[in-house]
Amino acid sequence: MDQELLLWVRGTGLQIATAVFVLGMSYRVLHLLLLGRKPSLAVARGSEWAGGLRTMWQRSFMLPSLSGRGLFTVIAGYVFHVGFLITLFFLSQHIDLFRAVFGFGWPALPRGVIDIAAVLAIGAMVALLVHRFIDPVKRLLSGFEDFLTWTLSFLPLLTGFMLLRNIGFEYLTLLTLHIASVELLMVVAPFTKLAHMFTTFMARWYNGAVNGFKGINA
Amino acid sequence: MKEHETLEQRLHEQGVSRRSFLKFCAAMATMMALPPGSATAIAAVLAKVKRPSVIWLSFQECTGCTESLTRSHSPTLESLIFDMVSLDYHHTLQAASGHAAEQAREDAMKEFHGQYLLLVDGSIPLKDGGVYSTIAGRTNLDMLQEAAEGAAAIVAVGSCAAFGGLPNAQPNPTGAVAVSDIIKDKPIINISGCPPIPAVITGVLAHYLTFGALPALDDQGRPKAFYGETIHDRCYRRPFYDQGKFAKTFDDEGARNGWCLYELGCKGPTTHNACATTKWNGGAGFPIEAGHGCLGCSEPKFWDVGSFYTPLPAPAADVTAFAQAAALAGAAAAVVLSTADRAKQRRAQRTRQKLTVSDLKGE
Repeated sequence: MDQELLLWVRGTGLQIATAVFVLGMSYRVLHLLLLGRKPSLAVARGSEWAGGLRTMWQRSFMLPSLSGRGLFTVIAGYVFHVGFLITLFFLSQHIDLFRAVFGFGWPALPRGVIDIAAVLAIGAMVALLVHRFIDPVKRLLSGFEDFLTWTLSFLPLLTGFMLLRNIGFEYLTLLTLHIASVELLMVVAPFTKLAHMFTTFMARWYNGAVNGFKGINA
Repeated sequence: MKEHETLEQRLHEQGVSRRSFLKFCAAMATMMALPPGSATAIAAVLAKVKRPSVIWLSFQECTGCTESLTRSHSPTLESLIFDMVSLDYHHTLQAASGHAAEQAREDAMKEFHGQYLLLVDGSIPLKDGGVYSTIAGRTNLDMLQEAAEGAAAIVAVGSCAAFGGLPNAQPNPTGAVAVSDIIKDKPIINISGCPPIPAVITGVLAHYLTFGALPALDDQGRPKAFYGETIHDRCYRRPFYDQGKFAKTFDDEGARNGWCLYELGCKGPTTHNACATTKWNGGAGFPIEAGHGCLGCSEPKFWDVGSFYTPLPAPAADVTAFAQAAALAGAAAAVVLSTADRAKQRRAQRTRQKLTVSDLKGE
């Protein structure tokens, strides 16, 4: 790895990845919104907004015992997502990036917390992959896209942790690989199930709003 | 031509004791991470070695490399051993000028053909026939090719000679290139840095004189003994990096406490050099000890890899404009495609044939 490659991933590569990511995501989200719904002629028996917001909130804190997907999947899924988001938004190096792009930043979490979050997220991802192979139902349901998105989400975490803890390769190599892996994720995300990073809450609101309109208290 | 007497004789004449000489050899062996016994081996060889002829060519450069070598350590043994080579041609240091100077170079090249060391500082301009830098009416390219032909090895001193350096920075108006871009058939050792550390060049010369071969080099042609680790790996502020304690400005509490300068744009993590261990000005310190981040001067393209004050994670180019244009394009695509969807839906509704009883009967 050399400096010019690092410069490329920090410059041109990032520009390309950002452009594809923003283009893809704005297309996906707006296209979904523009699909629209036929106006319902029925008399509303409850508020769409109240139902929508309530579901967005409730589904984020579903109790494992209420989940039909099994305790392991729910817990490992939460551990991964929380760990991932903590490392993404509260590592000081990432905040440097956000500050450089958006012009503002926020306080970072201590490095020890980040380490724990990253290790938990990596562990959860590995456990989920193993479970995907062991569990007959999951194995049946898994396809190429599942393994692709797993790999693309895993690589930034792994290279990032190695970079932070100086494991395996040189800083220059790992930084280049880390940024490149994130860019790969950004390019692919809008066109795979990873688009859920923007559409999940829209979908939850939609479900809640339909129920809310009908007056269902769920 | 000067008599090429042995190093030991010269040192003795200059009042340098055997003890000091051995200390120097031990320091060199330590710096290059050679086995413990090699100090005496170095001493034995160096004592007998005849001063090799050295031709120093200065091209598109600022003389900073020469200043670094001649001034900063004076009058230590490093500078003395520098005296111990027969420097037969060097713009800045030689007494002769004009035709006499060029004559000295030509004489040395002839007499020590195939044996002399060629040291080069500065980049070589290639654009417009190389007219942007000439010496005695000859282009740098011409002079380098001629001098390289009879050289035993070439030492590219400083980032300009090693990688193109500042003259090579965008838009590179003179078409400046490094020595290794031109000379392909000679061993080349890159001692990069802007300027390089004086002890590094004396170390490399001592190695060459002792073993008669170039030291192990990294993928950038730099001696691994000095460029094998990053500034960050050996930085005394490294514990603060690992703890996530960063100075946010050059005069905040973190800066006063000596915390890591990463967020102020320090390029230590991606820069290979010996500053953090060998240090500058006779061991007085190095830039990070003075409170300023590493600029990455010993790496290729260090002028072009973003601002000195941009942290490493920050983008090296503007991404906002790309993001805005992409958002508009994505939105436009969504509008166009959903309009098409709706048109298709309406068309389907218009042309839809209603199910009749006869359809159900299968008639």
